[in-house]
Amino acid sequence: MATATKVAAAPTVTPARPGPRRVRPLRWLPLAPATVMLLLFLGGPIVYCGYIAFTDMQLTGASTTDFVGLDNFRRAFGDEDFRNAVVLTLVFTLLSSLVGQNTLGLALAALMQRASKPVRTLTGAIVIAAWVVPEIVAGFLLYAFFRREGTLNALLDGLGLPSQNWLYTLPILAVSFANVWRGTAFSMLVYSAALSEIPKEITEAAEVDGAGGLGRFWHITLPMIRRSIGTNLMLNTLQTLSVFGLIWAMTRGGPGNRSQTLPVFMYDQAFNKSLIGYGTAVALLLLLVGALFSMVYLRLMKEEV
Amino acid sequence: MRPTTPLILAVTLAATAGLTACGGGSGSDPDTVKVAYNRSTDNKIRFKDNHLAAVKKQFEKANPGKKVKLIPIQAQDNDYATKVQQMMRSPKTAPDLVYEDTFRINSDIKAGYLRPLDDYLAKWKSWDQFVDTAKDAAKAEDGKTYGVPDGTDTRGLWFNKKIWAKAGLPADWSPKSWNDILDAARTIKKKVPGVIPLNVYTGKAPGETSVMQSFEMLLYGTGDAGADPLYDPKAKKWVTGGKGFKDALNFLKTVYAEKLGPDISDALDPNVGTTVYSEWLPEGKLAIALDGSWLGQNWLETGGKPWSEWSKTLGLAAMPTQHGQAPGKVSMSGGWTWAISAKSRNPDLAWKFIEQLQTKDNAVTWDIVDAQIAVRKDVAQDRKYTSSMPGITFFTSLVKYTHYRPTTPVYPQVSTAIGEAMEAATAGGSSPEKAAKSYDDQLTSIADGATVAAADRG
Repeated sequence: MATATKVAAAPTVTPARPGPRRVRPLRWLPLAPATVMLLLFLGGPIVYCGYIAFTDMQLTGASTTDFVGLDNFRRAFGDEDFRNAVVLTLVFTLLSSLVGQNTLGLALAALMQRASKPVRTLTGAIVIAAWVVPEIVAGFLLYAFFRREGTLNALLDGLGLPSQNWLYTLPILAVSFANVWRGTAFSMLVYSAALSEIPKEITEAAEVDGAGGLGRFWHITLPMIRRSIGTNLMLNTLQTLSVFGLIWAMTRGGPGNRSQTLPVFMYDQAFNKSLIGYGTAVALLLLLVGALFSMVYLRLMKEEV
Repeated sequence: MRPTTPLILAVTLAATAGLTACGGGSGSDPDTVKVAYNRSTDNKIRFKDNHLAAVKKQFEKANPGKKVKLIPIQAQDNDYATKVQQMMRSPKTAPDLVYEDTFRINSDIKAGYLRPLDDYLAKWKSWDQFVDTAKDAAKAEDGKTYGVPDGTDTRGLWFNKKIWAKAGLPADWSPKSWNDILDAARTIKKKVPGVIPLNVYTGKAPGETSVMQSFEMLLYGTGDAGADPLYDPKAKKWVTGGKGFKDALNFLKTVYAEKLGPDISDALDPNVGTTVYSEWLPEGKLAIALDGSWLGQNWLETGGKPWSEWSKTLGLAAMPTQHGQAPGKVSMSGGWTWAISAKSRNPDLAWKFIEQLQTKDNAVTWDIVDAQIAVRKDVAQDRKYTSSMPGITFFTSLVKYTHYRPTTPVYPQVSTAIGEAMEAATAGGSSPEKAAKSYDDQLTSIADGATVAAADRG
């Protein structure tokens, strides 16, 4: 995992070798099949999506597909449901990725460093178990946990607290929590690796100088794992932006459209309303949101300490 | 050009050629009919699978060397349709025969997914046995027929006589107006606490179930007899949400606001339809269900939830019009058809399989096991059919009051918009007026402006 952080944190350009660079086509030969495959199976669909987004293609109900220019994008920005989906996506991403998974992952990693081995193993196993179950399974598990006759309300009843119909009253919170539950393991692993890289001497020196636990954490640990934080935030955000199965299994974007994030909105437009063109345009906009986030993180990571 | 460049080009070309080669050739075998149909999401329910397997056997025996490949798709109706539409987009994946809901068929015809069957029908003697309304169910705007219906359904009120007795309501209940239904529900809420008085579906998640089983059952009982409150076939225009539309939403809002219905979160569960027949009705948790003629099939010995007491426990009543205005009763009908996909490479063999499905014996058996209302005159008169199921004569009698949904390509989109309006009015806390307004906006965009104001705009 330690290597993963290094790899992800290296979008910086490697310095070119000195001397004139000769292009040697033969070098590309071994790569040709892979390149062709990528172009066909990755590039092709992406280009095709780019094209569909500017058409009025429908899954059913229309036999012709016409080029409509920017109509789909205009429609999106004038669509109340789209705006609602954007807001919910941001809420979902902030709550579950930036705040939830990231902070919880870091806290777990920091605590596990000081814990005894059995405790560490057990905690790690539990957290990672939530991460390895398939998304759809996690969705159903959490649906069973949150539903009206579910485990959570049984627990609350047992404690004499008023039960809540979570999936109906606060659906976006419920799915955000579900995503935290499921995705924290990844952050925990990244941060565990990063923390173990910090040389003991430095922390010991700080301790000798009289820095308290929190002070050490704030002045030494955080700056030293800054890059891992950036990497982790980026990967987390991109993963969270595209969460679909979890929300679909738990709420289908409902009730109403109160948990309809962009991927769910996209699916609804493209497949329930058969508006493939419009759905694809929304997908491109989602890509843009992801790109924006990534750019911000890349900038943050670039600054030298 | 460097000497190496041609080499690279050659390698690249070879690689791509190899790729395209493995993409082709997976077409269809001329001796196999591929049949796509929807399998129930309830694992206990396999009527359709068993029936099709039996017909497949007959077909393969009667046509040596020919094979039938059944492609079950286990999904909710919406997802099933999406999946099949995607399959029909390419000749490589298109099934030969597709089970199509009449409510979507026009949309799929317009998309060019289906093949007209007129040539086959002209030579097929059994076609005369089909009643006219059923023949029209799969007729497109171009006047051609694209599907062979295998049955239809009607809808009415199922009520639990045991709960009725506890609430002191008359056992021969036959409501004359919407208010009679609400009154009965209120009485039950007061006298028999702990049961759900009335289930009317609502919201987007159940899909067409909520739109047809509850909203349209209400809407088509508003206004005057003979007028279509949803679509004006003469003007070929959609009717915007008028008074009837708002009244129907208001009825639903009342049911959920007064807690006469199930808990809203249960109502918005996509699987609520299954819950109604597998849990609520048999367990005596639900007093009135506005639901379809087919419910009984689930409670037979062979059904997903055998319940021997059902015909004694449940009573039936027709859905009344809003104020009891003529004709007094209302029902909606749908049904499914067998259609041949346009990209099918074995249309003739596919047609042969339709003929096999529609031998009189198979048609009778199918209408019985699937609890369908017959669309063929010879089946409707068959003793086996008429005595097959308690309540079948009641539901068959509703055929004269029944309405069919508008057969236009955009209906599925309109249906989605109605589902959203229902959800807004029952769960979203929006007023029926606001929900109807938002429906109007969507309708204008769906119908490309081909809308007409309701006669009773209020």
